[in-house]
Amino acid sequence: MSIQVLRPGLMTTIQDLGRYGFQKFGVLVGGAMDQHSLRIANLLVGNKEGEGALEVNLFGTTLQFNEDTLIAITGGDLQASIDGIKAPTWRPLLIRSGEVLTFTSAIKGCRAYIAFAGGIQVPEVMGSKSTYIRAQIGGFYGKALQKGDRFECGMMNERNEAIFSQLQKCSGHVAWSVNGHPFVNMNQARTIRVLRGTEYEYFDKDSQQTLFQETYEITSQADRMGYRLEGPPLTLNEPLELLSEGVTYGTIQIPPNGKPIILMADRQTTGGYPKIGQVISTDLAHLAQFQPLDEIKFKEVSMEEAEYAFINNEKAIHKIRLSLQLKFPL
Amino acid sequence: MKYKIIIKPLGDSALIVQLGDGVNPLIHERAQSLTTLLNMYQFNGFIEAVPAYNNVTVYYNPFIVYQSSYKTGQTSFQKVSAYINELIMRGKQERPSKERIVKIPVLYGGKQGPDLDYVAKYHNLSPEEVIHIHSSQDYLVYMLGFAPGFPFLGGVDRRVATPRKETPRQAIAPGSVGIAGEQTGIYPLETPGGWQIIGRTPRQLFLPEQSPPTLLQPGDKIRFIPVTLEKYETYKEDIQ
Repeated sequence: MSIQVLRPGLMTTIQDLGRYGFQKFGVLVGGAMDQHSLRIANLLVGNKEGEGALEVNLFGTTLQFNEDTLIAITGGDLQASIDGIKAPTWRPLLIRSGEVLTFTSAIKGCRAYIAFAGGIQVPEVMGSKSTYIRAQIGGFYGKALQKGDRFECGMMNERNEAIFSQLQKCSGHVAWSVNGHPFVNMNQARTIRVLRGTEYEYFDKDSQQTLFQETYEITSQADRMGYRLEGPPLTLNEPLELLSEGVTYGTIQIPPNGKPIILMADRQTTGGYPKIGQVISTDLAHLAQFQPLDEIKFKEVSMEEAEYAFINNEKAIHKIRLSLQLKFPL
Repeated sequence: MKYKIIIKPLGDSALIVQLGDGVNPLIHERAQSLTTLLNMYQFNGFIEAVPAYNNVTVYYNPFIVYQSSYKTGQTSFQKVSAYINELIMRGKQERPSKERIVKIPVLYGGKQGPDLDYVAKYHNLSPEEVIHIHSSQDYLVYMLGFAPGFPFLGGVDRRVATPRKETPRQAIAPGSVGIAGEQTGIYPLETPGGWQIIGRTPRQLFLPEQSPPTLLQPGDKIRFIPVTLEKYETYKEDIQ
């Protein structure tokens, strides 16, 4: 088998862009927390952008390659190294048989993504390779990777082959890289853009202002399901009885204690807490790169601004797709 | 079909179509109907529609919506809203497919239903009376959520409605049938939870290998059938 897990790290799972079409059955979407990084990693090795890749968290993951393998590492800077030498990131990279890839610890961001040419060979469950741990489906036998697990890459397509053979000619990696900064902002003091939530109007005036003026802190209770925040509590004008209804990635809900919870990739499909805000889609990748105890500020934007950001981001990813096609002609 | 709808954005990639208030089978039918219509007449960029008690959440890709319509000066949210309004205004009510009654065999009490005695005592009833009340009405499946295949059902008889446990259990066995306030439901997977567990069914609610992947669908009616330990065990063997 081509890749062996020497140390799994905190929580390494196979993720793609999520399992859509089954939310009405209560099946959560899941998928990569930082989808921009996952998509770019896949494009860099010649995969379709929604292919399954590894999501690595914070520190400790170590993989051994038993075959020459084309990969790309994107996302947070987890100090990736190959046999002890700093690994080039945000570009296609040829790992030689016998080499060991290690993620030491996160110096910027929280999650890195490793895409493999040909993808990871695991079956799709309900149209997706994303790992759904609670239901024990998808990914690698429905679980996070464990020490000793081995997996295989899928068959390479023409585009994978083109990049692979060109890299063989230039000592395994290229001199250029994609600038990840516009796609994933990992600087300190990040501000996350937010649209008003469906129950925004039911919160008292003070709370409406507090959300956009005060600084919150991500607590240690922050995982793929949601981030619990610490900071000034937010309160409703009067108690509100809500029925469960749809929620989504980035929904900011307020439980009875007034402390916001931001729903992340592994959120449940429905929820019954009032929703004060909704993180815009474009900023979810930035949000995914926060670490516990990081500070977070929210800025209100309009629907026009949110959609404009979404459209520009898609255009920017498309530009990367085109320039890679020019760099590696078939 | 003429009724007032309200469309609210749920961020930039989803919206909620509010079709009425409260828990009511007629309003729920609107949600079922709109979900069916959206699946039949999909717009470019449509991802999926998720019905709840009295609304439908519609997920879409705003970039594809933007690309596939030349109307300028309109947001993707406005375009999708207009499409949904038109779909409803055209007045075609998709009749939900024929009502299905799904029988759920339940072993009440004992190890499988550790809170049955508590629920009985809470209402000054005998455990048998609780079982009788719980199993003598059909329940409409309003929606699935919380966990794969978890049904949100129409209200339970007030005579057995019981508040949640003060301290939730760390793990509730799959198939457990519970009561929480006026709600009743079945846990498809092992999860933590605070419901009063009165019994357990051997039937599997989440079937990832099948299509659709759940035993129950929104719009189904379910009927709890009390069974003996012997029958419960036979059932379990049959399923495995």
